[in-house]
Amino acid sequence: MTDRAEITKTWKLFIGGAYPRSESGRVLPVHDVNGHAGGRAIAYAAHASRKDLRDAVEVARASQERWAASSGLLRGQILYRLAEMLDGRRAELVEAVRMGGRLGRGKARLEVELSLDRIVSFAGWCDKLESVMGGRNPVAGPFHCFSQIEPVGVVAVFAPDEHPLLGFLSLILPPLACGCSVVAIPSASEPVPALIVSEAAPSSDIPAGVLNVLTGSHEELVPVAAAHRDIDAVVAAVPAELAKTLQVGVAENMKRVRLIDPQAAFTDESAWNDPRAFTGVTEVKTVWHPIGI
Amino acid sequence: MTLSKPSWEYAPAPETLKVDIAPEYGLFIDGAFRVPRSGRMFATINPATEEPLAQIAEADAADVNDAVVAARRALKGWRKLPALERAKYLYRIARRIQERARELAVLETMDNGKPIRETRDEDVPLAAAHFFHHAGWCDKLRYALPTATGADPQPIGVCGQVIPWNFPLLMAAWKIAPALACGNTVVLKPAETTPLTALRLAEILQEVDLPRGVVNIVTGAGATGRELVHHADVDKVAFTGSTDVGRAIATAVAGTSKRLTLELGGKSPNIIFADAPIDQAVEGIVSAIWVNQGQVCCAGSRLLVEESIVDEVIEKLQYRMRSLRVGNPLDKNTDVGAINSRAQLERIEGYIRTATSEGATHNSVSDAALPSRGFWCRPCFFTGVQPAHTIAREEIFGPVLAVMTFRTPDEAVARANNTMYGLSAGIWTSRGSKAYEIARQIKAGVVWCNTFNQFDAAAPFGGYRESGFGREGGRAGLAAYLA
Repeated sequence: MTDRAEITKTWKLFIGGAYPRSESGRVLPVHDVNGHAGGRAIAYAAHASRKDLRDAVEVARASQERWAASSGLLRGQILYRLAEMLDGRRAELVEAVRMGGRLGRGKARLEVELSLDRIVSFAGWCDKLESVMGGRNPVAGPFHCFSQIEPVGVVAVFAPDEHPLLGFLSLILPPLACGCSVVAIPSASEPVPALIVSEAAPSSDIPAGVLNVLTGSHEELVPVAAAHRDIDAVVAAVPAELAKTLQVGVAENMKRVRLIDPQAAFTDESAWNDPRAFTGVTEVKTVWHPIGI
Repeated sequence: MTLSKPSWEYAPAPETLKVDIAPEYGLFIDGAFRVPRSGRMFATINPATEEPLAQIAEADAADVNDAVVAARRALKGWRKLPALERAKYLYRIARRIQERARELAVLETMDNGKPIRETRDEDVPLAAAHFFHHAGWCDKLRYALPTATGADPQPIGVCGQVIPWNFPLLMAAWKIAPALACGNTVVLKPAETTPLTALRLAEILQEVDLPRGVVNIVTGAGATGRELVHHADVDKVAFTGSTDVGRAIATAVAGTSKRLTLELGGKSPNIIFADAPIDQAVEGIVSAIWVNQGQVCCAGSRLLVEESIVDEVIEKLQYRMRSLRVGNPLDKNTDVGAINSRAQLERIEGYIRTATSEGATHNSVSDAALPSRGFWCRPCFFTGVQPAHTIAREEIFGPVLAVMTFRTPDEAVARANNTMYGLSAGIWTSRGSKAYEIARQIKAGVVWCNTFNQFDAAAPFGGYRESGFGREGGRAGLAAYLA
């Protein structure tokens, strides 16, 4: 039996439901720090440019209104299906998480299970967030006054290196669940777990453009996202210096920013199953109407 | 149908209460009034007469620091006070505002220029209600913001709050009441042109024995506000005012751990569909743009009228506009009072000139006599406005309405959302299903269907987009003051 040559993979961007290369032609090396391939790159992922980010924002904007208008029940079923789809790729996810060298196989398996459970948990929020955070306001005058919880719109997500799968999911799930579309930039050093999620998205019926995943440099893309006029909010688990760049940049058009400590305890289930996870990606809209004959 | 010019003569009905105003006011720091370290004073004037009302202390960096230190010192005791005890102080404040309501209304009208009818019926009762409402939250915070761990929500700490001149007492209440209810302490900077009711509120805080340092009030202009926003020991900044200043504040707090909420400008649409109750809608237009001389962040300054009814709406609006009484704000029959300052009046007049030069048509009441002194601007509206015109895009903060038309609901929504702001919107239609669908599609934090400019302590208020972030009022408003 001759040795079979492996089919090596090129990981691509995920924009508008398609998997293009970066328009820049650049790639990022993907390493397996556990020593396979002797420290050489075992694969390459597309290295997104600012133009790729702008293209992704455009398709994210085009898809957002319809995603927001779909029922919470439907969004919940779609996110639950994402968990179903990824459960079948558990072994691949464990391998991808382990590849970063932070976790052994046993811990990587737990991390993947926790990640899949987080998807299930947020699938449940889709049609409950408004019951918990919105409602009728008991105003003094003769008015029916209520506050509804709306998605902010297009959200850019910068996911942490630590917990390349769990951190990525913890940041993209709240905006997706409430009806935002997302342009996510995963960890540049360990992008593969997020890219596996991107490959499961279309078969989960996440509409094209609602989730976009761009592998690339945070240093390069944070200022672009901060200055972009058609991004409504940025959720970022980035180091302090980049966080400041972001905060200064967003002041221009008053984007919402949610900063998350890159070292946050992503594994703490109770801390994440919290309506405050939706801070920065939702808006409260108060509607008044007179009551009378 | 032609509507003739109304000619109703009213006998003068001036508010007669004489309010004591001291010749000068110090800073309210650590429970007492004191002279500013800066040694500087400035005058606050009555914009309806241009007469000075009092000399006001101007706080410099050292004064602001004193206030922040006092707030920091008071924080420990205030946050540890049993929640219902904290509540009782807020209830007391609410009651004292009610008891001194008439005096506060007169003082507000004198310092701000807005009609006594508004300060008496809106500003002061709403300010009292805000304290009353938030008093009740003090011991219920754990139900306000549910958390997975079930832990009691904690205050943020020392809050630096900067407020505008258009609703001076009401904005002070909107800022102080939720901050205190959540266990924070406060340094408040009122607007330079309207400090008097905040200082009267400081007297009330003394009367109710609020522990010293829990609320500190530093008066001054923009420089004083900057000192407060930049102070390293302020944990949270809350600002209501212009989008430009909001941007500067957001930049200033970048890279710090300060929490921030901003309530900024607007260019809010007021949409009248052909199936609306037209007479009610015309009243809605009046309260949307001419209340408080249009100096309202959520003013309905862009009127979008369905094309088929535009002639009827404009005719009725013209008729209604002529019946507005412009003049002495202390007269109980006055509808439109004085503009708050000369600078603001010049700004508004500049926009009126720009609108005319860009080709829009000015409609106003040209024959009404105005007082010889004071800052006056007749209510007006412009027709023939294009979306690209300056008055269709920029916040004027005056009694100036831009009228535009639309043909379909989709076009109405597109035009309404064609702005970088998103504070409020009005929708006028007799069809409930249509109102709620349009409300859903509008990008704004507050949507008034068949009404406008309604406010309530229980109803969250705040903007989308460049109108800022964070909410004030109701349960959502508490999130801005909890860690």
